[in-house]
Amino acid sequence: MSKFEQELKNGNFVCSECVKCNKLVWPPSDFCNKCFGNVTWRPISRIAKLVEFSRRNDEYFCIAEFENQIRVMGRVENVSNLQVGQTLALVRCDYDGKEKFVFRTMI
Amino acid sequence: MRKVGVAATGLAEFTKNEISIESLMLSAIKPIFNNTPNLSQDDVEVVLTSTNANNKYLANIISELSGISPKVAHSVESLCNSGTNCIVSAYAYISSGLADTALVIGAEKTNSPGLVLEWDKSRGQYKHPIYWSSMFTSAHMRKFGTTLEDLAHVGAKNHRNALDNPYAYFERSYSVEEIMQSKSLTENVRLLDCSMPCNGSAAILLAAENVIKKFCEQPVWITGIGQKAISAGFTKNDDLTSMKSTIISASDAYKMSRTTADDIDVAELHDAFSICEIIELEDLGLAPKGEGGSLVKKLYETQDRKINPRGGLIGAGHPLGATGVAQTIEVCQQLQGKAEKRQVDGVKVGLVHNMSAAATSSTILILES
Repeated sequence: MSKFEQELKNGNFVCSECVKCNKLVWPPSDFCNKCFGNVTWRPISRIAKLVEFSRRNDEYFCIAEFENQIRVMGRVENVSNLQVGQTLALVRCDYDGKEKFVFRTMI
Repeated sequence: MRKVGVAATGLAEFTKNEISIESLMLSAIKPIFNNTPNLSQDDVEVVLTSTNANNKYLANIISELSGISPKVAHSVESLCNSGTNCIVSAYAYISSGLADTALVIGAEKTNSPGLVLEWDKSRGQYKHPIYWSSMFTSAHMRKFGTTLEDLAHVGAKNHRNALDNPYAYFERSYSVEEIMQSKSLTENVRLLDCSMPCNGSAAILLAAENVIKKFCEQPVWITGIGQKAISAGFTKNDDLTSMKSTIISASDAYKMSRTTADDIDVAELHDAFSICEIIELEDLGLAPKGEGGSLVKKLYETQDRKINPRGGLIGAGHPLGATGVAQTIEVCQQLQGKAEKRQVDGVKVGLVHNMSAAATSSTILILES
C-alpha cells in the first residue's frame, strides 16, 4: 500500500507536495511533475467546492474540488437541493482497494 | 515526409464468441492477403498490434503465425484509442522512410483489462466509465439544456446504421422510446446509451506512395493527423461540456490536411456513450456549441448517415484495440465508394475521431481519396 493509500485508510486525505517548488502534485506521486523534485505529504483542506454531480439509484456522486486545484469523485450524503459551486465538507475517506471520499453539504 | 496511404483492409465480425486474441487478429489479416493482389508476406516490413490484452510479444507472435518476418514488430496500447495510435505509429515509420509498408492489427476480447483505468485515484470508488459519462452528461444538460431524448437519438441513429454493417455486434435496431426506457445506470445514462465491449478485430495495410500502387489501384491517403494527451486522470478535464484533447487534436489534423470542418463529408466518432457523440460534433466544429444534440436528431430524422455510418461504437460494439482501426476502415470504404448500403454520396474527405479514458487523450485522422 502506498503512503497515500495508507493515510486515506487512516482517514487522512493527504497529497504530495514538492519540497523544491511547493507544487501540489495530483494524482499523488513520489516526484514533482513540474521539476521532478522530491515530495512531502501534507493534509488537504477538508472543505471542497461541488463541481458536478449525478445520481445512481438513491446514491449521489460528485466531482469535488479542493484548494482550487485537486478534484476527486466521491459520494454525497445528506443531499438536499445540490447546486454546482456550493461548499462541501469531506466527512470521511477510506481505502479498501479503491479510494473513497464521502462528503456532506455545508449549510 | 513521404505520403502514406491505406493499401488494404480486413475485418473480423464483432461477437462474443470464444476465440483467442491470436485467432481474432489472424481473422482480420486473412482477408488482406486473400484480397490484395501482388501482396506476399515478404512485402510487410512492420507489424504493429493494437490491444489492451496482457499477451506478451504479441506482434512477433502474430508475425510468426502470419509467416511474416518484419523489420519492426511491437504492440501499441493506449486504452480505447490504441487503434489510431497504432496507425499513427505505422504512419511515422513509413513517412520517415524507415519502412515502405506496415501492417496494423487491432483486436480486443470482451473481458479486456483496458475497460477500467484502475490507476486513476481521482475517480475514487467511481472508476467505471459510466460515472465519467454521467458527469459529462450532467454538465452538458445544465449548460445547454440537452435532454434524455437528445441522447436517445444518438443510440437510435447508430443502432439503425449498424444494421447495414455486416461486422456489427448488434443485429437489431432500437427506437428512441426503447432506449429511453432501457435500464437506468445513473440518472442520465441508460444501458442503451453505452457502447458494448465485445470481441473484434480489424487490420490495415499502410504503404508509402512509391509502392502503394503495387497493391491497390484506389488508395486512400492519410492527409491529417492530430493527437493530444492532456492527462490520464479524468478529473483533469476542466470543462465537462467539452473535450479539450479533441479540440486540440482536431485543430492539428485540420491544419496538417489543410481542411476545415466544412470539408468533412463523413466522420466516424468515438461514441463510447451517447453524450460523447454530441460533444464531439461540437468540438470537431461539425455543429455549433450546444447544438450537437439537434444535429443528431436531424441526422436521425433524415436518415443521413454522415456521422457514424457503420453504427459507431454503440451500434457496432467496442472491442477497444480494434475500434480505431475499424473506424478508419469505414472511412476508407466510404472514400472508395465501397460502403454498400452504408454509402454516403460524394465522399471526398473523411474524419476519424478516437479517444481514451474520458477524453483525456484523443486522436484524429483525416483521410482523402
